[in-house]
Amino acid sequence: MRKILCGLAGAALVVFGAAAANAQGTVKIGVIISYSGQFADTGAQMDNGIKLYMKQHGDTVAGKKIELVRKDNGGIAPDVAKRLAQEAIVRDGADILAGFELTPNALAVGDVSAEAKKFMVVMNAATSVITTKSPYIARTSTTTPQLNYTLGVWAAKNGIKKVYSMVSDYGPGIDAETWFQKGFKDGGGQIVGSVRFPVANPDFSAFIQAAKDANPDAIYIWIPGGAQPAAVGKAIAERGIDRSKTKILGQDALTFESALQGMGDLGLGIITVSNYDFNHDSPLNHDFVKAYNDEFHRNPDIFSIGGYDGMHLIYESLKKTGGKTDGDSLIAAAKGMSWESPRGPMSIDPETRDVVQTVYIRRVEKTPNGLRNVEFDKVLNVKDPAKAMKN
Amino acid sequence: MTTETFAGPQDFFQAQLRWHWIEIAFWLAMLLPFVLTPNYLVLASQIAITALFVLSLDLILGFSGIVSLGHAAYFGVGSYTVGLVSKWGWGEPLTGLLLGGIAAGLFGYLTSFIIARFRHLALIMITLGIGLLLVEAANSASWLTGGFDGLQGIHTWRIFNTFRFDLYGYTAYGYSLAVLFVVFLVARRLIHSPFGLALRGIRENGQRMPAIGAATGQHIRTIYTIAAIIAGIAGATLAETTETVSLESLGFQRSADVLVMLILGGTGRLYGGLLGAIVYMVARDQFSGLNPQYWYFWIGLLLIAVVVLLPNGILGGLTLLARRLKVAS
Amino acid sequence: MPPVFGVLFDGVAYGMLLFLMSVGLSVTLGMMNFVNLAHCSFAMLGGYVTITLMNAMGWPFLATLPIAFIAAAAASVVLERVFFRRFYNASELDQCLLTIGIVFVSIATAAYIYGTDQQPLQLPTYLHGSFNYAGLSFAVYRLFLIVVAVVITVALVLGLEATRFGAQVRAAVNNQRMARGLGINVDGLFAITFALGSGLAGLGGALAIAMLGLDPSFAFTYLIYVLIVVSVGGLGSIAGSFAAAMLLGVSDMAGKYYVPAFGSFLIYLVMLLLLIWRPTGIFGRR
Repeated sequence: MRKILCGLAGAALVVFGAAAANAQGTVKIGVIISYSGQFADTGAQMDNGIKLYMKQHGDTVAGKKIELVRKDNGGIAPDVAKRLAQEAIVRDGADILAGFELTPNALAVGDVSAEAKKFMVVMNAATSVITTKSPYIARTSTTTPQLNYTLGVWAAKNGIKKVYSMVSDYGPGIDAETWFQKGFKDGGGQIVGSVRFPVANPDFSAFIQAAKDANPDAIYIWIPGGAQPAAVGKAIAERGIDRSKTKILGQDALTFESALQGMGDLGLGIITVSNYDFNHDSPLNHDFVKAYNDEFHRNPDIFSIGGYDGMHLIYESLKKTGGKTDGDSLIAAAKGMSWESPRGPMSIDPETRDVVQTVYIRRVEKTPNGLRNVEFDKVLNVKDPAKAMKN
Repeated sequence: MTTETFAGPQDFFQAQLRWHWIEIAFWLAMLLPFVLTPNYLVLASQIAITALFVLSLDLILGFSGIVSLGHAAYFGVGSYTVGLVSKWGWGEPLTGLLLGGIAAGLFGYLTSFIIARFRHLALIMITLGIGLLLVEAANSASWLTGGFDGLQGIHTWRIFNTFRFDLYGYTAYGYSLAVLFVVFLVARRLIHSPFGLALRGIRENGQRMPAIGAATGQHIRTIYTIAAIIAGIAGATLAETTETVSLESLGFQRSADVLVMLILGGTGRLYGGLLGAIVYMVARDQFSGLNPQYWYFWIGLLLIAVVVLLPNGILGGLTLLARRLKVAS
Repeated sequence: MPPVFGVLFDGVAYGMLLFLMSVGLSVTLGMMNFVNLAHCSFAMLGGYVTITLMNAMGWPFLATLPIAFIAAAAASVVLERVFFRRFYNASELDQCLLTIGIVFVSIATAAYIYGTDQQPLQLPTYLHGSFNYAGLSFAVYRLFLIVVAVVITVALVLGLEATRFGAQVRAAVNNQRMARGLGINVDGLFAITFALGSGLAGLGGALAIAMLGLDPSFAFTYLIYVLIVVSVGGLGSIAGSFAAAMLLGVSDMAGKYYVPAFGSFLIYLVMLLLLIWRPTGIFGRR
């Protein structure tokens, strides 16, 4: 009896919800981001990217009005994320789920997307397996293996023979370590030592000293953004690492804008890998950055571009389905879509629904505008190696 | 305070155990979300689970005076136990609760030997330290716990092979509420017993209690273990209803939140904890819906207001109000 | 010199910073038993004052430090008058709740005014870089930190031992009832001590930016470390806070250098063992 009641209630809600949505011609997008807490800044940047896209392209697509339902995840809280997704669908009538800077949250919501058959766009979370959680997930950011494997291979092919690797001791860091070391070894290099820092580590002095003792050609460092990159830069200088002999390699967070401001000239020469930097030299990007500056008075970053391109994917998919919002139509439309983004060319792999894009190798240099990540090498059409190697 | 005379201690306890009409009204009101707010059932389910967790903290803090900043450790142990058991193939919910409770209880029993020896700031910091160490251990053992990404592959079977955990939360809320009610009954019986009185004695003046023959250390260890079991059951319920477990189940944020909710509602009265959980979580949900970036501000004001205006928590304030109304009429 | 000395030097500097941020809380907890979890909000305030003065108004770094101290002290006086005063005799739990509420409000306010990202700080050039000694390099800024902290510690100890005010503070910490009975104005004493302690926290926060960074979550993140220092050192003891901060800073660094696999465990393990050995702290009383 309970099951029948549940079923009836559920069916009624779905029918009502769908009827309501179609009657007004609205498409609701449940945006689940951390607007508060430790990750509030990444959330704000992602939201800015979304807002800018909507400002530039209007809020009507394929005859339907786009409405955002914002939900604050408040940091790492997969149970909350799951609840917010369920509420977005049940309470607010959301047709599409978007956002997700953090892997645990994205993984939890994946279940909801699969069960409710809703199109889900991951705009930042970078762990490879996320897209396998539901057949309706597409990603517009990057994956950790995509960036770090590429860096590893590049480093081995560009004269770096011995590397000391240091990463933050948690999921993304360990992921990065695994794939960088794999790429580096595949390219013929040798890892002379490796260490994992505690996650909330304020002082890197001891670790940097140990790295110096091992005398490598390069030190590979993976840390999340926030206060740590500047602290690392200072520790490197303070412990007297000779930058002409030892290169510093890392992923984008190491040389984010705020990190460079904190490090100052200590940051010069650090080589990082990323899928986007606001310094990227293309007319499309220059326009994007200018619009972003005008609107938000700061520069866009990887979170902003993830949000911006995520909205692009949603808009274009809706145009392709003619306004149909069920998961099957939207994901079919999203698969294989390719476009020119401010970051460069990108597409959604039809098999894995993950992002395929250009990966850039950059170096921190002094430009007339100050310290910037200047792209000096790149690899085109990089797929996520974790999934590619499985096949 | 009404002065009654009792024929003996048994009668005293009988009187305490009688169900006040307000209590019955409260539990009936807990069924309202099914009818009034069916879109909020998932939230209601998580509130029920949190209320159970707050109840477990009340047993040690409100009734026995043990301040813990690391109580989430037992919640997390319960969650991870159920998660792992489910991942390895056994997803039956009710036995899962038992397993979660036992695992957490065991851990609680072991730590109670350390806990029982300390008071004041040292106790707070030791509980905090144990909690933090456990988080680090869980992070390091990511081959077991899934680490930062959380435990994947949890699948909860149907309850009694009939009720499936659905998207709308009907089953989740029904299940969580049932678990809360059953455990509450047990806790209520426990409090209104000689053991419960001994605990209150320990809270009021721990040094005097041995003088009247109370085995203080043993009592503290017992209640601490019981509280750990209940916290473990709460954690297990969360893992089963959401099919997710992550490090923050063990973390400092969760321990701090539950402490705030308990103080907010009013300590040492069982219902205070439940009320605190409801008020805090509903307020947080509403504030963060209205103002995703700055809801912290309003919650902070709420906390300050409650402390300034309602010295014994919300329940204390309501009791005062009820008393004033009774006197006035 | 073996490289570990460079690491230990950094650990000492880190410990000094923790000391500056914690000493105020230790004394106020010891004297009045008032649990002020908003202590790190004052540190955060000092940090943001320095940022505003330097970035928006172009002040030199050193000149902002006394202002950070004064601003935090002034804010604490206001809060003490308006709120805290009424809760000296309230339960510890109520004090916790009140001060946590204040922390929440302070974090949201900081996020609203300054945004959620890291605040950049450009130190003056004479505090940049490092100098070499015996084959190791030492950071100039860390040396500066150590010097400042030592000067302040000496001033505090002298103040406590050699002045009438200090004697009164010591009496009040030792036995509040007796002190009142002797006619000492304990409430006024507490107000001044509270302001001093909060001011020091503000100074610590300003000095911490270049080493630990600054964003609105600072008030919560470093609260745990401060609580560890205070509980391990012993309430009401300046020497205790100093010893505990040194111990924690150095053991944290040494641990990370020699046994990096235990990096995160060590500081909590050390705290647990010390507290089990000495529940009232290294130099605690009662």
